[in-house]
Amino acid sequence: MNTHAPNAYSAGPDAEGRFGLFGGRFVSETLMPLILDLEAEYEKAKTDPSFWAEMDDLWKHYVGRPSPLYFAERLTEKFGGAKIYLKRDELNHTGAHKINNVLGQILLARRMGKKRIIAETGAGQHGVATATVCARFGLECIVFMGATDVERQKPNVFRMNLLGAKVVPVTSGRGTLKDAMNEALRDWVTNVDETFYCIGTVAGPHPYPAMVRDFQSIIGKETKAQMLEREGRLPDSLVACIGGGSNAMGLFHPFLDDESVRIIGVEAGGHGVDDRMEHAASLTGGRPGVLHGNRTYLLQDEDGQIIEGHSISAGLDYPGIGPEHAWLNDIGRVEYVSATDKEALAAFQMCCVTEGIIPALEPSHALAHVSKIAGDLPSDHLLVMNMCGRGDKDIFTVADALGEDL
Amino acid sequence: MSRIDDTFARLTAEGRTAFVSFIMAGDPDQAKCQEVLEGLPGAGVDIIELGMPFTDPMADGPAIQLAGQRALEAGMTLSRVLDMVRAFRVKDATTPIVLMGYYNPVYAMGVEAFLTAASDAGVDGLIIVDLPPEEDAELCLPAQEVGIDFIRLSTPTTDDKRLPAVVKNTSGFVYYVSITGITGAATANAAQVAPDVARIKAAANLPVCVGFGIKTPEGAAEMAKVADGVVVGSAIVERIANGDSTADVLAFVKSLTDAAHGV
Repeated sequence: MNTHAPNAYSAGPDAEGRFGLFGGRFVSETLMPLILDLEAEYEKAKTDPSFWAEMDDLWKHYVGRPSPLYFAERLTEKFGGAKIYLKRDELNHTGAHKINNVLGQILLARRMGKKRIIAETGAGQHGVATATVCARFGLECIVFMGATDVERQKPNVFRMNLLGAKVVPVTSGRGTLKDAMNEALRDWVTNVDETFYCIGTVAGPHPYPAMVRDFQSIIGKETKAQMLEREGRLPDSLVACIGGGSNAMGLFHPFLDDESVRIIGVEAGGHGVDDRMEHAASLTGGRPGVLHGNRTYLLQDEDGQIIEGHSISAGLDYPGIGPEHAWLNDIGRVEYVSATDKEALAAFQMCCVTEGIIPALEPSHALAHVSKIAGDLPSDHLLVMNMCGRGDKDIFTVADALGEDL
Repeated sequence: MSRIDDTFARLTAEGRTAFVSFIMAGDPDQAKCQEVLEGLPGAGVDIIELGMPFTDPMADGPAIQLAGQRALEAGMTLSRVLDMVRAFRVKDATTPIVLMGYYNPVYAMGVEAFLTAASDAGVDGLIIVDLPPEEDAELCLPAQEVGIDFIRLSTPTTDDKRLPAVVKNTSGFVYYVSITGITGAATANAAQVAPDVARIKAAANLPVCVGFGIKTPEGAAEMAKVADGVVVGSAIVERIANGDSTADVLAFVKSLTDAAHGV
């Protein structure tokens, strides 16, 4: 990869929605015209200053952006190596990075005249963000959520109800995030005219992976400016957790062509990445396949049947990953590693008592990896970790894992 | 000529509409499914669609989702689907078999390995729900090179601008999805479908079969008046789900084929 053009890493996808082998538009014919419409509409909006002016205004006054880039002094001391910065996207309205993307898609839906918004959700963060923005704009909102996740994420289900959304528990398949996505796609083919499908991560058919990435890239753009202001130079490494990969892609993308920046994605290792397949690490433990509109790395058996992921974090146990991550993995620009449930739980507890920040279980995986590498890095090494969500939603799961009864 | 072309030529000569049945391979288990499969031509079925089960059937309603789950739980795999076709071909050399499903199991086997095995087994066509014309290089063109028809789905959202692209590399017949939605959901209306069938026939110069939303002998008879073929899936699959005997399943199929054939 020594001969690439200056923007070779950030220029994708191509006209067919491919990042190398990955991505594409693997959807039924019923949806194809809708996806082409969406692509055309997004291409128009992307270069329309009034679209971005509206986004900026809402990001600032409704979401609370820019989110701080916080120097985590006590974590830095504890690890005794790299200087640790946390990008505080958990301080956003609704408590996670998800709303960055939802705002963009809902503004697009409004431009397209769509009045009915559907979304899938795993942990419930994307569902809450979608319900929130739909309430803000007076749009009908239907959230598909696996029945298993409805059970383990009750507070978020209630939040969505308070926000006026209808939560549909999905019992087909195993009742988790991938089944919720299947059900959302089934709803979309049934209600094609009035419905906008607001996908929560950098996956799905083109243009979703690129569009969601563009909306989430605000994280990396801010980080770059904040770090330049604070330290006068680029960070040395970036670390973010990955389920579908939207918070990571948002942080990474503006830095892809800055080759001095080491970039690390942390997948959910569940009970350990081995042939028991009790994990959600699609890159480190899966292989390429086609699901939910794109080709990417998937957890699957020999016969191409999809295997359920497992993670303590409901937001990470998706058997796939965004296609751009799959490509960045194969070309070696980004390193992908994993952290287990146990390691994430330990990092969660450490973060609470060391920084006074209750992190979501998702970024706890990123922090677990930071704890493994930071001590070996020099003290002038600038490391940014994306604190992409807050942990209020996870206290019941954590209590359960620690054997406490709330 | 292929078995599919032969079948439509014969039916046209007889002035009859094709009846196309769908069952899920391996549902409820391989042995019982093989019995039903082998009984379909005798029950008047002209073309057989055999489902390749997949864990994530995004375009299917509950009946076919559950059929796929039953099949997978009973141990069905893509290579066993091909075994079923091979066994069928020993007894029936003329009835076309079209495999229907999703791309990932095929991709996991490898496109070349799959096409070689499918061709050897006696598969005549493929319907792959998640491969629109934009992805023709994946499987459509390679399949046609080995003489396997690639049957495209056309839908109510396929407008005049898009139709030429949809029918361009289609062979065998065009499958018109008569409703926007999933299999077995809404009920199709023959009068509404008729102009779409005419539009597709004009663009494709191929027979047009109509499916999704046809559930009863009456519905099949109505649709047979406006299409070259009528597809019924969920309604048959539901009989299998109910535990009906092979004889009862085939008797129900016979009631549908009689209606479609105007008997």
